[in-house]
Amino acid sequence: MRLADDEKAMLDGSEGPARQKAMELLVRYGEALGAERLVDTRNVCGTMGATMPFLRDYAAAHGGRLDAVFSEFSLDSPEVLEIPKVKVYSCHLQQGLDPEHAAQQGIPPQAVQVYRDGEAYFGRLGVQLMNTCTPYQVGNVPVKGEHCAWMESSAVVYCNSVLGARTNTEGRESAGAAMLTGKIPYWGYHLDGNRLGTHLVELAIEVKDTADWGLLGYWVGEAVQDRIPVLSGVGEIPNLARLKHFGASASSSGGVEMYHVVGVTPEARTREEAFGGRKPCAALRYGAAERRIAYERVNSTGRDRDVDYVMLGCPHYSLEQIWEVCQLLEGQRIHGNCSLWIFTPWATKQLADRNGYTRIIEDAGGFLMTDTCSSVGRVLPKGTKVAAVDSAKQAHYLPAIMGVQAWFGTTAECIQAAITGRWQGGLQ
Amino acid sequence: MKKVVLRGRKVVGGCAEGEALVTRDRISGWGGIDPRSGTIIETRHELRGQSFKGKVLVFPGAKGSSGWSGQFHIARLAGAAPLAMLFNEMTTKIALGAVVTHAPALTDFDQDPLEAIATGDWVRVDADNGIVEVTKRQR
Repeated sequence: MRLADDEKAMLDGSEGPARQKAMELLVRYGEALGAERLVDTRNVCGTMGATMPFLRDYAAAHGGRLDAVFSEFSLDSPEVLEIPKVKVYSCHLQQGLDPEHAAQQGIPPQAVQVYRDGEAYFGRLGVQLMNTCTPYQVGNVPVKGEHCAWMESSAVVYCNSVLGARTNTEGRESAGAAMLTGKIPYWGYHLDGNRLGTHLVELAIEVKDTADWGLLGYWVGEAVQDRIPVLSGVGEIPNLARLKHFGASASSSGGVEMYHVVGVTPEARTREEAFGGRKPCAALRYGAAERRIAYERVNSTGRDRDVDYVMLGCPHYSLEQIWEVCQLLEGQRIHGNCSLWIFTPWATKQLADRNGYTRIIEDAGGFLMTDTCSSVGRVLPKGTKVAAVDSAKQAHYLPAIMGVQAWFGTTAECIQAAITGRWQGGLQ
Repeated sequence: MKKVVLRGRKVVGGCAEGEALVTRDRISGWGGIDPRSGTIIETRHELRGQSFKGKVLVFPGAKGSSGWSGQFHIARLAGAAPLAMLFNEMTTKIALGAVVTHAPALTDFDQDPLEAIATGDWVRVDADNGIVEVTKRQR
């Protein structure tokens, strides 16, 4: 790889051992990719927390030093380095627990202490503690063309596709190294030619609510894997929540990191622009049969109709989605054998508190939680066997991670399940 | 015994040899594996329930969450990482994942490793020289 003078200087240790290790990692990573150089970035999103049991044990074995956790898990350095302040705007993604709902989540006090220690530590390093998988919902909205280094597949696909900013799917170590150096390999989605559509997806049916966009994403992800789909024939312009659910599912069932919606997303004003004048390598059609296939796949683990847990907020709910739930929930009471947990960024929860939405959810017997979700935090209401979700991504991961059944349906079907304790959803 | 030699591009240097575990399904890191045992846990994966610990893992590539590298990083520290990784599709997930797993890794082969290697074959990986030597298992 060709390195610029400032990069060589960091690699030689002129800015201390931590930035040197960070640059070494970026060089090893860039060479593995086959990248020719690095690019400057001033916008990094990553996870660094140590609340996961394995990392908690690692921290404990190193005298509780979070520098040790950052060195190993964010810089791939077994040697414990003193970590300096981040060099560029850096945001923390989701965490492993909600400290305000530790009791409900069955989180031991030691883990909450690790969380609080981490909050203080990362705050001192200059990391913005957004603690969400959706930084773009709480103020980190990069502009078109901006080079970013983001983790979190659902945020990456939103960043590339909806915002037109440029990021690959970074990992914990490359995000850590980017925070300390302001550099990331110039490869993949940072380059114009790699952002063009590959597969045409013609929509033969109207795609409506967020769950429906999630189904479409689930089908598209399986069909194109990690290529770039171009959706054509979209009727009503999808809002943030719908595109958020679409991208989250497409990046879970396949590895979609970028897509275009003709006439909607910034690099696809026309179909020609989306494909860069090239011919699509395949043309796919999404109709009622494809939608049914996706529905059956997403629901492949659901068997028992008695639902004991309804989880919403994957990816983290927007204020609009919380408001919609409140309209379905107001004046109702959740079934005695069922729990309702809704996850949102904590900045959004502040608004929900002010708007009275948190109160509506709590009066019904539910909880509005922050920072994490059931799959990331591995947190479920005690004894959960059957969950209901309105996110294809969560339906994909939760059974694998937690060994529970999951029903997938619309938000309204999920709220109905929370109120009745029964799954009555079905493909409409 | 029948031998096959593949040539590829080094992703991570080093040498290792062991039994192959081959899958045509891409692998998810976070939510797809249990890093403490190296077991594939993804619900509809063809290797569900099998562990890559101590195996030469041969697969198309990575998919899913950005937690890919973090999970393979933990697998290494837990002693459950693959011995080596041979794959076809380069992505940031797998590049970083291979780098932090510290196991020899190769890609860009002169022939498809998914065709040339079967589960149970004995595989010698010399990533520094870009050579993979496969001894086919007697059937």
